[in-house]
Amino acid sequence: MNLPGNWNDLTPDQRLQFRLDAWQGIPIEFSSLEVAQAYRNRVQLYRDVLDLEKPATVPIAPWIGLLPFRYFGHTAKQAYYDYEVFKDDWFRFHEATMPDGIGLTLGIVPGKLFDVLDYKLYDWPGHGTPDDTCYQYSEQEWMKGDEYQALIQDPGTYWQRTYLPRVFGAMEPFAMLPPWTDLVEIPFTAPFFAGFSAPPVKEMLQKLMDAGDAAMEWLQAAMAADGRVMATLGIPQTAGGATKAPYDILGDTMRGTRGLMLDKFRRPESIVAAMERLVPQAVDWALRSCDMTGNPMVFIPIHKGADGFMSDADFRELYWPTFKAVLLGLIEQGLVPWVFVEGSYNERLEVIADDDIPAHRMIWMFDATDMERAKAVVGSRQCIGGNVPAALFAMGTPEEMDAYVKDLLGNTAQDGGFILSSGIVLDEADPAAYQAFIDAGRKYGATG
Amino acid sequence: MSSGLKEAVIELREVDALRITEEELKGGTDPLDIVTACREAMDVIGQRFADGQAFIPELIMAGEMMQGITARLKPYLKSEAPGETLGTVVMCTVQGDIHDIGKDIVVTMLDIAGFEVIDLGVDARVEKVVETVRDSKAQVLGLSGLLTVAFDSMKATVAALDEAGLRGDVKVMLGGAPVTDAVVEFAGADGWGKDAVAAVNLAKSWVGGAS
Repeated sequence: MNLPGNWNDLTPDQRLQFRLDAWQGIPIEFSSLEVAQAYRNRVQLYRDVLDLEKPATVPIAPWIGLLPFRYFGHTAKQAYYDYEVFKDDWFRFHEATMPDGIGLTLGIVPGKLFDVLDYKLYDWPGHGTPDDTCYQYSEQEWMKGDEYQALIQDPGTYWQRTYLPRVFGAMEPFAMLPPWTDLVEIPFTAPFFAGFSAPPVKEMLQKLMDAGDAAMEWLQAAMAADGRVMATLGIPQTAGGATKAPYDILGDTMRGTRGLMLDKFRRPESIVAAMERLVPQAVDWALRSCDMTGNPMVFIPIHKGADGFMSDADFRELYWPTFKAVLLGLIEQGLVPWVFVEGSYNERLEVIADDDIPAHRMIWMFDATDMERAKAVVGSRQCIGGNVPAALFAMGTPEEMDAYVKDLLGNTAQDGGFILSSGIVLDEADPAAYQAFIDAGRKYGATG
Repeated sequence: MSSGLKEAVIELREVDALRITEEELKGGTDPLDIVTACREAMDVIGQRFADGQAFIPELIMAGEMMQGITARLKPYLKSEAPGETLGTVVMCTVQGDIHDIGKDIVVTMLDIAGFEVIDLGVDARVEKVVETVRDSKAQVLGLSGLLTVAFDSMKATVAALDEAGLRGDVKVMLGGAPVTDAVVEFAGADGWGKDAVAAVNLAKSWVGGAS
């Protein structure tokens, strides 16, 4: 997407409208005029709910993980390794169920790439988990407790020389190389590059090139899968980029849940300083993706601030300030934070309804949160959605699903500003319950 | 012994708690008195958790402190004192799931509450669970899982206990974010707990202790 020359002079609202127009007017070749119109109409649903207006119908945008593959009798391993299966099932599932947004394509991850990289941060089918289980995080202290200062001093160098060699076996030799910031003047250039003559470094560079090829193979499959869904079904992608809350960056895959929780008692100042250091990175990460994809929606899964994971005081003082800074940074750029709130957020609603965040600028998708309260507390300023429980998808009858969705939409969606979705990423669902979810969404989602 | 240790644990002052433990031991305090002080402190923390005044970080920190204190006690214990236990609980994260945070907290809380806990870790094979329940004569089995795929593993584990003729001897409790009454019914378990305190209370109620 090309930004206009006067971008820096535009207000956040003008930037937002420019980005939404670009998303709605995506320059792809649709299979027919009707499909092109259906695509634009669906994007309009999101524009309406973002404005807290009544959409023509409540948009149905479930988080989709491995469900399409189970739906057609394939395993997680096949989805992660066989890109023909990936493309085919992904399309057929969207064609059969016709939601208003494409599922989480990025969540159908490329197994071959991880093989090349020797990725240690996760287990995945064939590498520590059974063939039909999604990838799972290997909970460890990948960043040590005494490394905060190194991270704060220079995140880029910390990643390159310490973190990446630990989490990717193929990148271990990065620890042997000096920081790129040494390259400032002619006499220091040769000493810097001498390290690249070491055989392990050469081997690493070859692996990184192989990784690039593996990533491109997957990316082409993913783009083809989503491109076909968009061009022939008129269903838009709902995520143009992604980022995370600084506390979750530290807690999810660096210090680990336990490590970060202990740090709260042992080195609280270091957590705060590290999170503040990560705010610009978190904004820039999403900005670069969204500029490239032309889609302003920023997928932000949040984890470690949920009810029970910390006190209200810690949420206000530890979790929220830097996450809020990320949200404001995204909104400033005309991007739309689309926050996927995993777990329960009943104790957090008053905090996240923060007046400092301009109204009508972001989306809160909840899981196990009281939706009537969410509507009352957060929904008066921002679009909300989500909530249909995992257990209902997995074990509910169609009648139970119908009743749940009817109740949910009746209580929260009638004034607009609501997106119907699952509370979690769906790896499995009873096909009848899933179909009942879609059907009920259509039946009770007409807001006119 | 002084009340300093109990207060330090309750207030999660790790450095102080470990220092006081060392001082008490050097001063000749009976290690079992230290264990009692810790247990009383953990009861307070558990109650605060149940009351919504303490949260998972506080439980994890308390568990960490217990480990530190226990390590310091070991040289002073002449032999493994086979103190009375409330009963035996086998705990695991079920086959196909490797999430351990919640399960680990429950293990710590059960241990501190006075249960003998056998922790089978994560991704626990059904056969291994059945074998352990049989060999240990456990009264309670705790099955944890965060993924919806865990529901099937929970069901398979309960079915295997049934097949092995052990189902009547062991109560099965479930735990994990997506678990509900419906999952208990689906899996054929006996109950579920929304958090570690609920799990301890459930286990206590089953073995005849106060809940």
